[in-house]
Amino acid sequence: MEPAEIFPHSGGVIGVSWLMIALPLLGAAILLLGGRRTDRWGHFLGVAMSLASFVVGVLTFVELLGLGEEQRRRVVELFEFIPGMVNMGLLVDPLSISFVLLITGVGSLIHIYSIGYMSHDPGRRRFFAYLNLFVAAMLLLVLADNYVGMFIGWEGVGLASYLLIGFWQHKPSAATAAQKAFIVNRVGDFGLLVAMFLIWTTFGSFAYGPVLGAAGDANVPATAIGLLLLLGACGKSAQLPLQSWLLDAMEGPTPVSALIHAATMVTAGVYLIVRSGAFFQAAPTAQLVVTIVGVATLLAGAIIGTAKDDIKKALAGSTMSQIGYMVLAAGLGPIGYAFAIAHLITHGFFKASMFLGAGSVMHAMNDEVDMRKYGGLASVMKVTWATFGLGYLAIIGFPLLSGYWTKDGIIEAAMEHSPILGWLAVIGAGLTGFYMSRVFFMTFHGKRRWAEDAHPHESPAVMTWPLILLSIGSVFGGAFLIVGNRFMTFLSPAVGAPEEPLGFHPFSVPGITTLVLVAIGAGYAWTKYGRSEVPAVAPRGSFLTTFARRDLYGDALNESLFMRPGQWLTRLAVFFDNRGVDGLVNGLAAGIGGSSGRLRRIQTGFARSYALSMLFGAAVVAGALLLVGNL
Amino acid sequence: MGGYFGSYALVVALFAIGVAVVAGALFLNRMLRPTRLTPDKLLTYECGVDPVGEGWAQSQVRYYVFTYLYVVFAVDAVFLFPWATVYAAPGFGMTTLVEMFLFLGFIALGIVYAWRKRVLAWT
Amino acid sequence: MNNTFQAPTIEYGQLAPLLLVFGAAVVGVLIEAFAPRYLRKSFQVPLTFVSLLGAFALILVQVFVSGVPTAPAAMGAVAVDGPSLFIWGVILILAAVSVLLITDDDHFVPQAAAVPGSAEEDDALAEGAAHTEVYPLVLFAVGGMLLFAASNDLLMMFVALEVMSLPLYLLCGLARRRRLLSQEASVKYFLLGAFSSGFFLYGMALIYGFAGTVDLAGISRALGTVSGQDPLLLIGTALLGVGLLFKIGAAPFQAWKPDVYQGAPTPITALMASGTLVAAFGALLRVFWVALGNLDWDWRPVMWGVAILTMVLGAILAITQTDIKRMLAYSSIAHAGFLLVGVIATGDARQNADALSGILFYLLVYGITTVGAFAVVTVVRDAGGEAGHLSRWAGLGKRAPALAGVFAFFLLAFAGIPLTSGFFGKYAVFAAAATGGALPLVIVGVVSSAVAAFFYVRVIVLMFFSEPAADGPTIAVPSMGTAAVVTVAAAATVVLGVFPEPVLRLADQAASTLFIR
Repeated sequence: MEPAEIFPHSGGVIGVSWLMIALPLLGAAILLLGGRRTDRWGHFLGVAMSLASFVVGVLTFVELLGLGEEQRRRVVELFEFIPGMVNMGLLVDPLSISFVLLITGVGSLIHIYSIGYMSHDPGRRRFFAYLNLFVAAMLLLVLADNYVGMFIGWEGVGLASYLLIGFWQHKPSAATAAQKAFIVNRVGDFGLLVAMFLIWTTFGSFAYGPVLGAAGDANVPATAIGLLLLLGACGKSAQLPLQSWLLDAMEGPTPVSALIHAATMVTAGVYLIVRSGAFFQAAPTAQLVVTIVGVATLLAGAIIGTAKDDIKKALAGSTMSQIGYMVLAAGLGPIGYAFAIAHLITHGFFKASMFLGAGSVMHAMNDEVDMRKYGGLASVMKVTWATFGLGYLAIIGFPLLSGYWTKDGIIEAAMEHSPILGWLAVIGAGLTGFYMSRVFFMTFHGKRRWAEDAHPHESPAVMTWPLILLSIGSVFGGAFLIVGNRFMTFLSPAVGAPEEPLGFHPFSVPGITTLVLVAIGAGYAWTKYGRSEVPAVAPRGSFLTTFARRDLYGDALNESLFMRPGQWLTRLAVFFDNRGVDGLVNGLAAGIGGSSGRLRRIQTGFARSYALSMLFGAAVVAGALLLVGNL
Repeated sequence: MGGYFGSYALVVALFAIGVAVVAGALFLNRMLRPTRLTPDKLLTYECGVDPVGEGWAQSQVRYYVFTYLYVVFAVDAVFLFPWATVYAAPGFGMTTLVEMFLFLGFIALGIVYAWRKRVLAWT
Repeated sequence: MNNTFQAPTIEYGQLAPLLLVFGAAVVGVLIEAFAPRYLRKSFQVPLTFVSLLGAFALILVQVFVSGVPTAPAAMGAVAVDGPSLFIWGVILILAAVSVLLITDDDHFVPQAAAVPGSAEEDDALAEGAAHTEVYPLVLFAVGGMLLFAASNDLLMMFVALEVMSLPLYLLCGLARRRRLLSQEASVKYFLLGAFSSGFFLYGMALIYGFAGTVDLAGISRALGTVSGQDPLLLIGTALLGVGLLFKIGAAPFQAWKPDVYQGAPTPITALMASGTLVAAFGALLRVFWVALGNLDWDWRPVMWGVAILTMVLGAILAITQTDIKRMLAYSSIAHAGFLLVGVIATGDARQNADALSGILFYLLVYGITTVGAFAVVTVVRDAGGEAGHLSRWAGLGKRAPALAGVFAFFLLAFAGIPLTSGFFGKYAVFAAAATGGALPLVIVGVVSSAVAAFFYVRVIVLMFFSEPAADGPTIAVPSMGTAAVVTVAAAATVVLGVFPEPVLRLADQAASTLFIR
């Protein structure tokens, strides 16, 4: 089934859906411009703006549901942005509204949580301003009805992410991580930009309607556009080969890791691929590359997750891996879109809940992140333990919890497409069972390996309530979306639907195998980290462990593949620059500067010489006019 | 260049002849006369009296202000002449009179300002 | 000779904004003459604002109630048409914003007649004297600007030129600090301005000799009927052009700009750099499009040369400047060059309307950003007044991040970076020029913009990435007026950069009727 037509819309709640973006933006503006005057109530304003945005989102959603199924793609025209090129408008359809609810819903919970988490931080107001900025940009990203608007949001979330990773900029590691994220993302943005250039020259428009409607035409360079879009998606979603920034991004405050680097921003790549699905369906090569990238990342992320002792980095590896699943599903075409987005939503809940749980633990343990110094926390932090545990069960695919439904859907769909992809995804699920159990047991069970001065305690209610709400989502979300193909039906007007929807097979071979592998992984983790002693310093381990600990040598690879050759190239360039090119490049600059210096001397400061130059100029102008006039 | 500028040719020619005569006379003079300079001969000639002070002299700045004020009156007068020729024409009369006094009022503003700023007093 | 004298008809309604501004100026002079010294400022400031804003309101009334007139007013002497009304609005806004800066007494000398450094000056300083003549002078200058941009015959244009310029010559010499520099600037501006007026007047005389009229429409008609006096016409055009190009500061008539901008009190510099430029472009367009429009084959190549020289010279010379105001002056020269590109982009009516609308928009956004930038300059101060030298601005970003940020934003707008108003201004003008067949000019323009971007960014780098000087300048607490100016300018630069559509459309509408004849 093809995606439904897009209808212009005005009036109603949908007509004012721009409020969703405007409110948090206003919040950010007030907080940033208001300065210290807003310190006392700034965080409440931030929360209020986010909640207001959520309310508008819900009302929009309700109004959208009230429309007929084929009528659910509405464009709200806002203004002419670049005359003759871009008309800014918002596209409210099932795909974008799903994201809106996730972003504003989870976002609001994380805002609330942050009131507690950042209560002692002197920069709390600035933090909420950035969070609001992020929410606004992310909503623009998913709501814009054209690639330019999407790109502005894309850059906006990049900026917010940069600002928030480097929020504690006094730490050199945070500042470096922020810059790394920024630079790696630029590589992806480059791909996205070139894709947009191609789109403009091919279609003469940036709007989704006309562009995607004609994406299947014969003369469209769909493969090139698809691969370039994928490059953009890889940057933002930390997929191979642009994954290296995500682990470092954990230097940011934990709510940021939960909101931006787990639940929402990093899934923008998945959104991009699903939204631009028409290009990929027209280019099987690009689709194949998408699935390969997805599988490679899901395995790489899982392997990295097995070896990290830093709780946030282990979770970041897991995020990479889970997004790998989504990208894989998005690469499968209409059959996978619903699962990709469903997994994205459930992942948003359980990963956010686990990250916030990790934050709660860190809050209790004086910001200690090394899991080897945790252990046995279950008894002192009951709520955190329970919510984290539910998130953990959801992510490993414990039957009937959220992850079970959505991840299994992806595996089934991949199996349908190509057994190799399917079985690799199954192996990834097994690894997930191991590394997530490792995180859970090392943190909450086993012996207490706390530092001398640690006095863990449960976090305040303002932090635990968001955890509880999120874990409700991680328990029931999957079943709600998947059972009866509810989500696929809802989404199909926006992204299309397969000819015959994939049924749910709980007792298929891959399904059973997955469960068995997960159980083995979890059991092994229990024996190794739950029951037996965990050494306080990481043992040396085999070369495989080292491999995983060093992020699969991702940084080393970047260094040797890009940085070193880049340095050599630079050196070479400098060499040539000093010799030959000097005359051209440096010479040009020096030439301009030099001529500027020489020309300056005309400016003698004497009125008489100015007058002379005017006279001279007048003579030249008159002479030239006479000359031209008499030609 | 054609006829329009052609009519100036005579003027230019006359001008050239005039310059040539004067320059020629001075040149001849210079050729013929003996040149023996003494300090007395180099003095500026001021009707037989020895010159006093420097060649450069400054006027008192107050004269400048009075010149300005004179300009204000002059502008008045210049506009009054053409006005006087239409004043008598049928259908003008009163209106033109009022307009002219409005104009004079604006011009007088400058004088009033100068007077209030005590420019008119010499000391 | 026809002896019957026709009584002139004057459309007072259309001229009301002009009359209001001039009337307020006259009242201002009376206040100076009769009001006691301590009361003058409290009369002058409201009077100035009321007249400027009132004139703006009158323009709105004219546009929305009476409709844009379709025939020239005052016996063909003044053309109140779409472009005029837009330019009037722009000038009045810029003037009002500049006056906000002027209300800060600290910029003006207490007693202009006192010799710099003399005992009289010290007395005047101690007494707290202030020259409230500044306000009527500004009003006269603004009135001149309004008339200059709307005058429909050369004589009126010359009168307007002088009414605009003479008060500015005076105002330039009133800086409170570095008075010798200020007086030098004033005298230079006066001498060169008088010289250029001479060119203008002589060009006017020659054109009159050719056409037998000073009426712009009449000259245009004469171009079609009179023949055989080409040298007269061409030399007249050249000299008229020199007079106008001097006012916009196009090369090779740009020499006065840096010296005068640097020496003049900064609020006056802001007024000159914004309002005068706008008015002069209005007049330039009127002369070259209305009167000499049919001669475009002759003047266009020369204008090409002037535009290229202006852009290149402005951009290149700005690089080695070490004084912030001089740098902004050269940047203003370069911008005049960019605007000239639009003047050249003539063609059929549609093309002309596009080019005109681009120029109008550019003038608005450039003017506002300029006033904002000079407002920032006024608050960065040393012991001896404003800290003009660029080295003093090093590390400003650390000492006053908000101020430096706003200034950096203005500079980016000058450079034409997207999402600032400057981008759309340049885009509108260059796009019109490209479709008008002036592609090589556009290329030169873009290259010069790139060179210009270099020195804008250099200042930003200096502000944010250099260590602050140990005895760096103090950041004066801006007066309410100055703060308001910076805020308004920054807001306008943002809004017009992100959401330029309504104003672009307004400029389009103003330009659609072109100049009436």
